[in-house]
Amino acid sequence: MTENINFILNSALISTLIDPTITLLDFIREDRKLTGTKTGCREGDCGACTVLAGIYSGGTLTYKTVNSCLLPLGNIKGQHIVTIEGLSTEEISPVQKAFIEEGASQCGFCTPGFIVSLTGYLLSGGSSDRDKALDSIGGNICRCTGYSSIKRAADKVVKIFNSESYSGKTDIESLINTGLLPGYFKDIPARLAELQEKPQRVRAETDKFIGGGTDLYVQQPGKLREIRTEFLKGHIPETIDSEGGICRIGGGTTFEAMNSSPLLHSLFPEIEKYFRLIASLPIRNSATIGGNIVNASPIGDTTIIFLALDAWVELNSGTKKRTLPLKELYTGYKTLKIEKGEYLEYIGFYIPTGKYAFNFEKVSKRSHLDIASVNSAAFFEYSEGVITNARISAGGVSPVPLFLSKSSEFLAGKAISYETLSNTLGIMQTEILPISDVRGSGEYKRLLLNQLCKAHFISMFPEIIKEEALL
Amino acid sequence: MRKNDLEKHVTGESLFADDINTPEGTLYAVVFDSPIAHARIVNLDISPAMISRGVAAVLTADDIPGVNQVGGIIPDESLFAEKETHFIGEPIALVIADTYLNAAIAAKKIKAGFEKLEIITDPREAFIKGKLIMPPRTFSRGSTDAAWRECRYIFEGKVDSGGQEHLYLETQGAIAIPGEGGRIRLISSTQSPTSVQKTVARVLDIPMNFVEVDVLRLGGGFGGKEDQATHWAVMAALAAYKLKKPVKLILSRIDDLRMTGKRHPYSSDFKIGLDDNLMMIAYEAVYYQNAGAVADLSPAILDRTLFHATNSYFIPNVKATGISCRTNLPPNTAFRGFGGPQGKFVIEAAIYKAAEELGIEPSVIQRKNLLKEGDIFHYGQAAKNCQAINCWNDAEQKFNYNELKAEAAEFNRNSTLIKKGISVMPICFGISFTNTFLNQAGALVHVYMDGSVGVSTAAVEMGQGVNEKIKTVVSQTFSINRDKVRVESTNTTRIANTSATAASSGADLNGNAAIIAAQNIRQRLLDFASGLPGYSSAVKPEIRDGEVFLGGEKTGLLWEDLILKAYQSRINLSSHALYATPGLHFDKETNTGNPFAYHVYGAAITTVSLDCLRGIYSIDSVRIVHDSGKSLDELIDRGQIEGALTQGIGWLTLEEVVHSPEGRLLSNSLSTYKVPDIYSAPKEIQVIFLEGSENDFGPLRSKAVGEPPLMYGIGAYFAIMNAMKAFRPGKVFGIDAPLTPEKVLTALYDKI
Ligand SMILES: Cc1cc2nc3c(=O)[nH]c(=O)nc-3n(C[C@H](O)[C@H](O)[C@H](O)COP(=O)(O)OP(=O)(O)OC[C@H]3O[C@@H](n4cnc5c(N)ncnc54)[C@H](O)[C@@H]3O)c2cc1C
Ligand code: FES
Ligand code: FES
Repeated sequence: MTENINFILNSALISTLIDPTITLLDFIREDRKLTGTKTGCREGDCGACTVLAGIYSGGTLTYKTVNSCLLPLGNIKGQHIVTIEGLSTEEISPVQKAFIEEGASQCGFCTPGFIVSLTGYLLSGGSSDRDKALDSIGGNICRCTGYSSIKRAADKVVKIFNSESYSGKTDIESLINTGLLPGYFKDIPARLAELQEKPQRVRAETDKFIGGGTDLYVQQPGKLREIRTEFLKGHIPETIDSEGGICRIGGGTTFEAMNSSPLLHSLFPEIEKYFRLIASLPIRNSATIGGNIVNASPIGDTTIIFLALDAWVELNSGTKKRTLPLKELYTGYKTLKIEKGEYLEYIGFYIPTGKYAFNFEKVSKRSHLDIASVNSAAFFEYSEGVITNARISAGGVSPVPLFLSKSSEFLAGKAISYETLSNTLGIMQTEILPISDVRGSGEYKRLLLNQLCKAHFISMFPEIIKEEALL
Repeated sequence: MRKNDLEKHVTGESLFADDINTPEGTLYAVVFDSPIAHARIVNLDISPAMISRGVAAVLTADDIPGVNQVGGIIPDESLFAEKETHFIGEPIALVIADTYLNAAIAAKKIKAGFEKLEIITDPREAFIKGKLIMPPRTFSRGSTDAAWRECRYIFEGKVDSGGQEHLYLETQGAIAIPGEGGRIRLISSTQSPTSVQKTVARVLDIPMNFVEVDVLRLGGGFGGKEDQATHWAVMAALAAYKLKKPVKLILSRIDDLRMTGKRHPYSSDFKIGLDDNLMMIAYEAVYYQNAGAVADLSPAILDRTLFHATNSYFIPNVKATGISCRTNLPPNTAFRGFGGPQGKFVIEAAIYKAAEELGIEPSVIQRKNLLKEGDIFHYGQAAKNCQAINCWNDAEQKFNYNELKAEAAEFNRNSTLIKKGISVMPICFGISFTNTFLNQAGALVHVYMDGSVGVSTAAVEMGQGVNEKIKTVVSQTFSINRDKVRVESTNTTRIANTSATAASSGADLNGNAAIIAAQNIRQRLLDFASGLPGYSSAVKPEIRDGEVFLGGEKTGLLWEDLILKAYQSRINLSSHALYATPGLHFDKETNTGNPFAYHVYGAAITTVSLDCLRGIYSIDSVRIVHDSGKSLDELIDRGQIEGALTQGIGWLTLEEVVHSPEGRLLSNSLSTYKVPDIYSAPKEIQVIFLEGSENDFGPLRSKAVGEPPLMYGIGAYFAIMNAMKAFRPGKVFGIDAPLTPEKVLTALYDKI
């Protein structure tokens, strides 16, 4: 596969024939000798390798942060990649200045990652919200500072950009004027417009599809060079649509795209709260729904959510399309009914119509940027105090992401009551078989699922199910 | 523009070992390590790796020209295992190839056969089986045996604390570049350049003056690069020496996690006795230290546990026994606090248990027993300039402790599932290497003829800000602008026989040495100025803000001009100085003496919220009064306090080093080993520097700051325990850190 990969790295146009499966991190550091981007873990868990990816689409350019250690070169065609070097000029930027003034850097190894992440936050237009500023650096680990000085620096940045002189303007032009971005950013949209390629069809004759790469690339240097791979990015849908009472999400849709979808927000008003607990912003910017489902991790968060929505997957082999209920997809630990060459094109579910409640719970050792010990989603339709239809799913309690069919069946037609809850807990325990591993003992996971089920009831029906009664 | 360190950090210009441009033809090395925790090596076949793509060499113990020995304190550690392996991750061979990837691929092709031997991972089991690193050590004062009779209350218990991964963000690594005639130059990410130099010399069988070690900066060390940076540097040196090519060895994160040691887990027993007035009059503790497979720094770490057995409290009768147990885990090693945190955790647990039994708050016992001026520690030193009570009182008053407590109680009355917990944690930490001879540092100051100043010391910059502090003391000594002073890399050809940058002592020892060297030059300059035309020795000239003053009047002679004139008059503008902390002595037979130059004190109030439905918690606030003496740099010291605190909290809450019974590290990646992130760090940290504290031993009357604040993190453990208690008032919980969400939930609820 000798195909040129064209993109802009900082201000330089890159056109390379290099193996598209190598990571952007290796390309930046080894090939380009840009060493400001650091290698901390190669598994998306530290943020030292964070860079900005500018994506030009439909005439607009949007920047997001990504972990370059998990990002294959093949996924950045036609993009603008910005490293710390590309943000630094003779004049220190306001973000950099805030870090200096607050002493928000000690050993300095994590610092470029933080600067890039925080700059990315401003670039993405969210200047007024402290919460979002913190989320933007939630994927950056610092072992030295204890984060207090970093939070002070972030506060300062948020404040500066809300001050009268800046009035929160975060378009590229304004950011250049405020010294946040170097002048060369001005020409990027026009330069990227010229680089855009026409989407092609997916080639199905492959050993491995590459989605966002956030799972495939975890600590696997070189492995993908030995096999035939096919990039899905740009070739499969990334849209979220509703039509005829059905919501369909393209297999290439990223977590963050779901998180910011107005449609999903209207259906699940708390969706941002759920996604806050899933990975980190840069991972969410790359990780796709297709990858989450096909990866078949027993604790995949979005898989658990879609199980409770009774979703189906639409598979495409290039020549044949078929549809399967999600709950029937998994046959055992990391095995699933997908044939070689088939890719997940869409996931779909019926948009609920009546009165319904939805809740997602996840507990992990660390509340953020951690894999769940146990997670669970619940979707209840109800009317006049009676559950008409219920679906509960749970992860981390079985070799597959589990649809709790017995519990769900039991709940249909039951009153929303303590008794119903308590009976459900009993049934639920018969449906699961958690094992002990580094994320917790089997006993703990049993207990935890009980607690999360209680949490579902408390969150969904606070007027009926009170905390006190659950002690 | 001349950028300082911070400016280089934020622009990504700062270079770490892996960033340094290496010469053309540099080779890359990957370590092949033992997959079994304890085994005889029955065969080792490196030939498949030798013929793998790009491979230049595969080195084993057979290729070592000198001694296959890297042990620091006790010579019990080989560079490459020969006949037997003692932990998973123990190096057996080194594969060197043209690229990192080719070396990694080749390393997987090495075939080794093992005969498994008994695997021990638990320190108490090791103790029972007689597997000790050295004979047990006991520090004692008074007679606990006699004192028990005087006690009104006696409580006993068991306390466990887990390991902790350093997780310096920059992994271990080194680059070795061969020079002419067998000389080796190393760029190493080490806290201890001389250890690297000495060990390379020993392994290669060359004199130390053939080995140059240069350290620009580390991306974090925290003790993990004090002893354990050496191995990788020695391997790179061996490969470079053999192949006559530059060799780079940077551990991948998973290799680093698997192969290197952590903070020592401890399992301890305590017995504590109080009188009618709740004065602690007797305390006994036995610490089973999980040392791992070889000694490393374990003996010194164990000593510090014993030194800090009583934290900030005065107890007249103490008997503290430390047992360093040999297990089949990677050698555990230095980690910020160096055994002190483990010792303090036990006494705090003992107080907590006593208070629980007595139905009172731990703070009542803590407050009553704080050290006072002149109290004698159980190692015979007297507490001087004792600030324990001052810190506590300040914290109590300035942060309205009673109000905070009442607020938490009020909150708990009104909330069912969320409970708040609060605790106070006082600290007292001795400053100095407890191995007295290490308390020395050299500094070399050059004033160049343009007036700019270069300073070399033994201190390694790893984020603790020692370079900025040295800049401060040197520029103040000369009274010139700090921008004139540059702190150079740490290099063994400029500063010989360096002690590790450790024990919080970097700024103290090296700052003092730099002051002496700068003073020497300043004196020569002033003498020289006195002889200049128009000056007389009757009125002493001085240098102020970069200008020569005479009798308090400006002379118009600027620093730059003075320097040029002095140079032209052949005045020596360079000085090397050694600082050795005065007054230190310690008798290793009686375990008494004056081991510490001084102590650092402080007190922290921690509040937490616990979600009792899900078993998850957050650290709401930590409010600290800290004794930094006369702080050299409050921004830096604040950063050290906040960072150390957060590390301490991580140690006792989220950070769980998990091994299988086979000695395999299960928390072997960042997805399974969780350090605090921005959300789990305390939401608010308030730091007030204690006023009126000074210090004769620190540069410009400052105090060391690196390690002590880590121990404020212990407060979080007991604050969470208090929140658990608020939810389940009658229940008694064991003390077994880290207090993960799993342990919280399974303690609060019965098994299903
Ligand atoms: C630091 C970190 C944190 C994480 N946190 C979470 C978390 O909190 N919750 C969670 O659920 N997951 C988490 N993950 C896991 C991961 O991000 C998800 O599983 C993600 O959805 C994978 O998507 P991807 O597109 O990156 O998949 P890839 O890595 O590209 O692929 C994963 C697998 O799916 C296949 N695949 C990908 N797309 C398709 C498709 N459309 N059709 C057919 N096969 C396909 C690939 O062949 C591969 O086998 C985390 C990962 C990292 C690195
Ligand atoms: S290197 Fe750690 S996230 Fe990429
Ligand atoms: S400053 Fe060292 S890791 Fe953040």
